[in-house]
Amino acid sequence: MRKLVKVGLLAAVVTLVAVSAALAASSKSTASDTLVFAGSADPVSLDPAVISDGESFRAVIQIYETLISQVPGTTKLTAGLAVGWKASNGGLTWTFKLRKNVRFHDGTAFDAKAVCFNFDRWYNFTGALQSDAASYYYNVVFGGFKKPEKDAPGPAKALYRSCTATDANTVIIKLKRRFAPFLGALTLGPFAIQSPAALVKYEADKGKLTADGVFQPLGTYGTPGGQAVGTGPFKLESWKLGDKLVLVRNDSYWGAKAKLRRVILRAISDNAARLQALQTGEIQGYDNVEPQDISTVKKSSKLKVVNRPSFNVGYVTINQKVKPFDDIRVRQAVAYGLDRARVVRSFYSGRGIVAHEFQPPSVLGYSTSVPKYPYSPAKAKALLTQAGLELPVEVEFWYPTDVARPYMPDPRRNFQGFAASLEKSGFKVVPKSAPWRPDYLGRVDAGTAGALNLIGWTGDYADPESFLGGVLRADRQFGLDNAIGKKLYADLDKALAEVNPLKREAQYKRINNYIMANVIGVPYVHTEPALGFAKNVIGFKASPTLNDLFVSVRIV
Amino acid sequence: MLRFTVRRLLLLVPVLIGLSILIFVWVRALPGSPAESLLGERADEQSIAQMRDQLGLDDPFPVQYGRYLKTTFVDGNLGVSIASRRPITEEIKERFPATFELTFAAGLFAMLFGIPLGFIAAKRYGTVVDHGSLVLSLVGISIPIFFLAILLKYLFAVKLGWFPSVGRQDVLIDAEHPTNFYVLDGIITRNWEAAWDAVMHLVLPAIALGSIPLAVIARITRASVLDVQNEDYVRTARAKGLPPRTVDGRHVMRNAMLPVATVIGLQVGLLLSGAVLTETVFAIPGVGTWITEAIHNRDYPVLQGGILFIAVIVVFVNLLVDVSYGLLNPRIRLAGR
Repeated sequence: MRKLVKVGLLAAVVTLVAVSAALAASSKSTASDTLVFAGSADPVSLDPAVISDGESFRAVIQIYETLISQVPGTTKLTAGLAVGWKASNGGLTWTFKLRKNVRFHDGTAFDAKAVCFNFDRWYNFTGALQSDAASYYYNVVFGGFKKPEKDAPGPAKALYRSCTATDANTVIIKLKRRFAPFLGALTLGPFAIQSPAALVKYEADKGKLTADGVFQPLGTYGTPGGQAVGTGPFKLESWKLGDKLVLVRNDSYWGAKAKLRRVILRAISDNAARLQALQTGEIQGYDNVEPQDISTVKKSSKLKVVNRPSFNVGYVTINQKVKPFDDIRVRQAVAYGLDRARVVRSFYSGRGIVAHEFQPPSVLGYSTSVPKYPYSPAKAKALLTQAGLELPVEVEFWYPTDVARPYMPDPRRNFQGFAASLEKSGFKVVPKSAPWRPDYLGRVDAGTAGALNLIGWTGDYADPESFLGGVLRADRQFGLDNAIGKKLYADLDKALAEVNPLKREAQYKRINNYIMANVIGVPYVHTEPALGFAKNVIGFKASPTLNDLFVSVRIV
Repeated sequence: MLRFTVRRLLLLVPVLIGLSILIFVWVRALPGSPAESLLGERADEQSIAQMRDQLGLDDPFPVQYGRYLKTTFVDGNLGVSIASRRPITEEIKERFPATFELTFAAGLFAMLFGIPLGFIAAKRYGTVVDHGSLVLSLVGISIPIFFLAILLKYLFAVKLGWFPSVGRQDVLIDAEHPTNFYVLDGIITRNWEAAWDAVMHLVLPAIALGSIPLAVIARITRASVLDVQNEDYVRTARAKGLPPRTVDGRHVMRNAMLPVATVIGLQVGLLLSGAVLTETVFAIPGVGTWITEAIHNRDYPVLQGGILFIAVIVVFVNLLVDVSYGLLNPRIRLAGR
């Protein structure tokens, strides 16, 4: 027996050593025409119309294309499947000239009819597909369906009126309202154009809402092991959930062909595991590098960090309904009294930039001439005294608990930082907090979260309306049912209908100046997520709206 | 024996009912609500209220529980995952093989090394070897699985590059997966590279996960061998002049293995719970990572279905252990009568 044990142990040790040696010898080098990229989860679906998560966006934007694209790494509009567009009828009619000689991956032609098929498909969604759980972005941008289910918005709320193919390469889309953000919204992955033949053949619109309220697709289109047919530079080869999603170069792509032969997307949910997989070379890139891991990536001679331009804002609400914050001098005192630079420096691990406006710099209409309020307790106190107030001025300041947002990783610390600087600036802070949902958000929306509160916003699509409208149209939050609000909303509505991009940009710059001159709130941070890559991966530009294209990426 | 088994099977019914109540209550006690996790960040109070109504979340608890029992046990429907929009039974079919492979490899590792270690320690009772093995097994029991996993991974994957750090297979390998048991798949399809690669991916996670069971098995084996060694029949066997190897093999080990077998069975529950951590650290797409992600995403259907599934597996394994113990030791069976 003893001998047996000895032999067994010896055999085990020998096997292990042999294995290690063999592995060390054969440590594989990755094929230089294949990029392996890790996200934190599998995509939900490859049917763009029913996605709203970043992992699905990443896969979809390689396979499909939108009518209007973005210049890589920016939110600037450029030709996509449409080579030109113009508005008429005061912005209610949009004419798109389509790119010629484009084919879907299934060989069918991309033409005006295919475009209208897609638009009509969204508008005619029925049943489960109308749920926010399925068509979130359609609901946000287009807002209504032809035949609404119970509780769903109907044609009266819809932006879309009709789509007409006047010839093979011309599409006329009519809207019910003037809505200039339409163009920016069309760059979103969920509005990518799909092959009508494939959508029908593989039953993309078959699905149900389960008893748990989950949308469950019943066709194979866009599901693991199923199909996804677009016009993009990569084609879907295979998708096995939990394993990998393989994209291969589309050799009959109409534009500059992809440099990579294959892109493999895989899911690694653990942050540390993603970093280590990058270090071992099992992947060549991953999204959402944790702030504490950035220095590790930067220090490595083989790795690098790529920054994603910010698409969010963290801000302090000022409620003008609460006295004395209806006085502009008091609001200015708040702006001067918030040490934004210090909070951003201390609590964002180098991932935050100080915000001066409610929209990030990457979005149209960002103004460089807004009034800025650098931290100055002296100025703050002077303003409060001018306003005839006795120091310190008591202020109820709310912050949320049990929550971390990209723009606010630790609300309590932000609060403490701000409270300290306000106390030095002539205020006496009364701290108040509530759990994020539903208490805190409910209070903020209702305007009952004190005079000041901490909150933020992430944009839906690349248009100033998605920020300024999204944040400031909540009038009760800011107590804006006054003259300032009236002018602001009139200006926002005017800009919403302006179809000339240059005029629009000028309008939003003016609005941003107006917002900050009146200190409607105090934006303090935009955060920049980071991606990690192997150094030999070049040509990648991170998009603020997650339109991360791999078409120009190379491995050298 | 049949009666014993039937009796044990019948005992399962109250166990399962208790389990289902626990899981049902626990999932509902989590912060947030399914309606909110379904509708996401931006949902307003009105649509959340609508969704609550639609899902029947405002019904009395017993009504909700009755509905849950009916869909789960009568219709055999575990629901659909919020995150992946796929039926939970389908996901279990794809993910459980990964967990099974991992627990099997870890169990194998624990037995292959634990039993000999315990045996040697007992035979060298009181020597350096014995003390060494005791210390080693104490360390094995004390180090948390996830910590050992991170340590092993850092050393052998990141620093030395001997083993892969994540997943079940190199994504650059083209392999077919008819059964989803990757090692087996490689063998069935005669794709030796794929099979070998899958084995390599199992080494570090199996060592990490198997460390505690290894230590436990080693200790039990040692104690049990020490016990048996001093039994009369062993002394008799020795006195008969049987060679030591025969005494150890036929008399000592065979009898000493009885308690060890029980312990091995009991370790399955530990292995499955440990798999949750190990899978997360090594990014193995098994049931463990699935449940972890579900907690993160508030994926209620997955939590309910996934945990129930794991619980049922553990209960059944324990049943098997009981039954097999009955087979090994007739006295248990008799007591059951």
